[in-house]
Amino acid sequence: MLNYDMLLLRFGEFMLKGKNRARFEKTIITQVKALLKPYPGASLRKEYGRVYVDLGGESHTQLIPVLKRVFGVASISPVKVTPSEIDEIVQTAVAFMDERAEEFGEVTTFKVNARRVWKAFPHSSHETNHLVGSPILRKFQQLKVDVRDPDIELRVEIREQGTYIFSEVIPAAGGFPLGTNGKAMVLLSGGIDSPVAAWSSMRRGLEVECVHFYSYPFTSQRAKEKVIDLARALADHAGSIKLHLVPFTEIQTAFTQLGQDNLIITLMRRSMLRIATKLAERERALALITGDSLGQVASQTLPSMNVIGRATDLPLLRPLVMMDKQEIISLSKQIGTYDISILPYEDCCTLFVPKSPSTNPNLRIVDKIEATMSHLPEWLDQAVEQTETITLYAGEASVLTGQPENSEMKDDWF
Amino acid sequence: MKYFDYAATTPPYPDVVRTMAEIMETQFGNASSIHGYGERADQLLRRARIGCAATIGVKADEIVFTSGATESNNLAIKGAALRYSSRGKHIITTATEHASVYESVLQLQQWGWDVTFIPVDSRGVVTAEQVLKAVRSDTVLVSLMHVNNETGAIHPVEEIGNLLKKNAPRVLFHVDGVQGFGKVHVAPDKWKADLYSLSAHKIRGPKGAGLLYVRSGVELIPLLSGGSQEHGLRAGTENTALIVGMAKAMRIATERQIDFSSQIRILRDRVMKTIAAIPELELNSTHDGAPHIVHFSYPAMKAEVALHTLEQLGCTVSTQSACSSRSAEPSRVLLAMGRDVACAAGGLRISFGDEHTEEDAAMLEKALHQMVAQLRPLERRM
Repeated sequence: MLNYDMLLLRFGEFMLKGKNRARFEKTIITQVKALLKPYPGASLRKEYGRVYVDLGGESHTQLIPVLKRVFGVASISPVKVTPSEIDEIVQTAVAFMDERAEEFGEVTTFKVNARRVWKAFPHSSHETNHLVGSPILRKFQQLKVDVRDPDIELRVEIREQGTYIFSEVIPAAGGFPLGTNGKAMVLLSGGIDSPVAAWSSMRRGLEVECVHFYSYPFTSQRAKEKVIDLARALADHAGSIKLHLVPFTEIQTAFTQLGQDNLIITLMRRSMLRIATKLAERERALALITGDSLGQVASQTLPSMNVIGRATDLPLLRPLVMMDKQEIISLSKQIGTYDISILPYEDCCTLFVPKSPSTNPNLRIVDKIEATMSHLPEWLDQAVEQTETITLYAGEASVLTGQPENSEMKDDWF
Repeated sequence: MKYFDYAATTPPYPDVVRTMAEIMETQFGNASSIHGYGERADQLLRRARIGCAATIGVKADEIVFTSGATESNNLAIKGAALRYSSRGKHIITTATEHASVYESVLQLQQWGWDVTFIPVDSRGVVTAEQVLKAVRSDTVLVSLMHVNNETGAIHPVEEIGNLLKKNAPRVLFHVDGVQGFGKVHVAPDKWKADLYSLSAHKIRGPKGAGLLYVRSGVELIPLLSGGSQEHGLRAGTENTALIVGMAKAMRIATERQIDFSSQIRILRDRVMKTIAAIPELELNSTHDGAPHIVHFSYPAMKAEVALHTLEQLGCTVSTQSACSSRSAEPSRVLLAMGRDVACAAGGLRISFGDEHTEEDAAMLEKALHQMVAQLRPLERRM
């Protein structure tokens, strides 16, 4: 297999945004650095509109899937570097095509696209196209030149310090660099949807902090661990992520005692939004994000969204609102949260689903019920106070890095 | 008495024994239970899984805990064969596999599968080209060992795996890693292995614990049904204590691998030199083999007699592999390497561990000389 020397990361759409570009690029570099921490050999170099990651002995097959996650990077190409001498360039280019020979069909079209950046190089771009192209055509009979729309485009960039040869263009996350569009709080339930909503928001340049509501003993310790795992999977994209764990037992118990079973989900969701809003204010976040998808369950009908959404003054972002379940599932597989999400532990919403939850709650009644609960505002504040916050980092092995709940467990057993 | 049979089994580290005793006493919960006892056991398992996965450079959810490598090999081979029989019914292995692989494929043969046994050369290894040549359109699995348990011969698993991946990407690749782990560098991911078996008791962990690495995306039909443990691949309450003991032994073995192998390689080399200089004995191991195994034959003497004589002289060694040494049959492995019946029936294995010193090697060499001196008058006429 060819040993690539570096990876070329191209920036995405934000490049159009003239004045902000420097800030955006800096953000990308910070994120690349965070994701590269587990790979000490690799180092990075910035150039106009691009970042180069020198592999320094690290494996490109390992690094590409990691770097594909960097928000704002449109695509990645593995690059072979040779001395800028025509013989070396031709030799490497042939070896490069040899590597891809198994992809060739009976007829595969290709072209060489040489660019002489270093003007002292004795051959022009046009000449180099021919010098590199003809030995390749001689060696691989299946190849035919097509300069308009080739199946394979072999790029040759001649620079003084060396020539970059590459052809593969691997699509990456795209979007905006992390956090360049501000910060929001995402309600992370433990299901399939909310991690996808979080990722979609991050891709759109939002820094995201996660909020999870747990109500031990109604939910198990493992349900909480599952959410920590989910947040960690999100940290693999963001570099690091904050998770706020909110105790919800008291509020939930109060609602179950109201004798308003069909409204309980509505009431709970409203309280969750209120707590998340308080946390957002504390953390200076400007929006809430949920994984709601229109019509999916009773709390996600339009009348429910109307009644629930009124509990917050912040913009309530629902990235998945118009998506089909299948699309959401396939995204969640792509971003690596699906396998965690489908673990069977109950979260505090699934546990209290009444037999017939209201799909059309009445705002006036809901307001009235809440008004009778004189302690509710106090409980909401308490929940915020008792919220425990942990930070998860990219590349951390799963679980137990936070604080092992098994206090009997001894480190020296391992 | 000096013990030179580390390839058969090893004494567990005192620290591993202590860990397991403490866990048995205090952490007896069933990891599948949802109460605190269960959760604590589950957390121990999760941490053990992460630890084991890290030592071989794979993901934690790619590890299936088993009762040992015999089970791992059975699960890998039969589980894959049953799952992917729609692709074909052909399996490739070598002539020198451990009984748990060899007899698993024989069983499949009885069920109508076609098996290719690739012959080994005189050193006991196959080439990647040989493996690739044996691949047919209906081949489901290639199964071979990393390091041979009798001779220490090392198969070029990285070359084989990469050649397979390039030319026959649908063929699954199983590596029996039992004798290699902790002795030579191990990287199932780099080898493009889909399945990789390990056993704890060969690396100073407990008997009764092992694991199978199953590359994500590869599916197996479970051999044991009755619970959703181990992603549904292996029913049965996990043995928390043994599994944590294994994770610890694997960590220690990995940390010490480089020092350990250079240390025992010196012992192995000097003992090999001694054996080569005794005309009655024939070396079967080569210097490019694993650092902990020396295999030799005393063709003119029954292996059992030589073993007992060495034992009287204070050195415990092994005939064939422990799993087949109770039979008096000539070694299948040595026959496959082209040795004659006398040589194959007179095989003896010395295997070193991290406790051995130069003095131990000197004592063993003295015992070898003395053994031959004592038995020379009893040699059968050739």
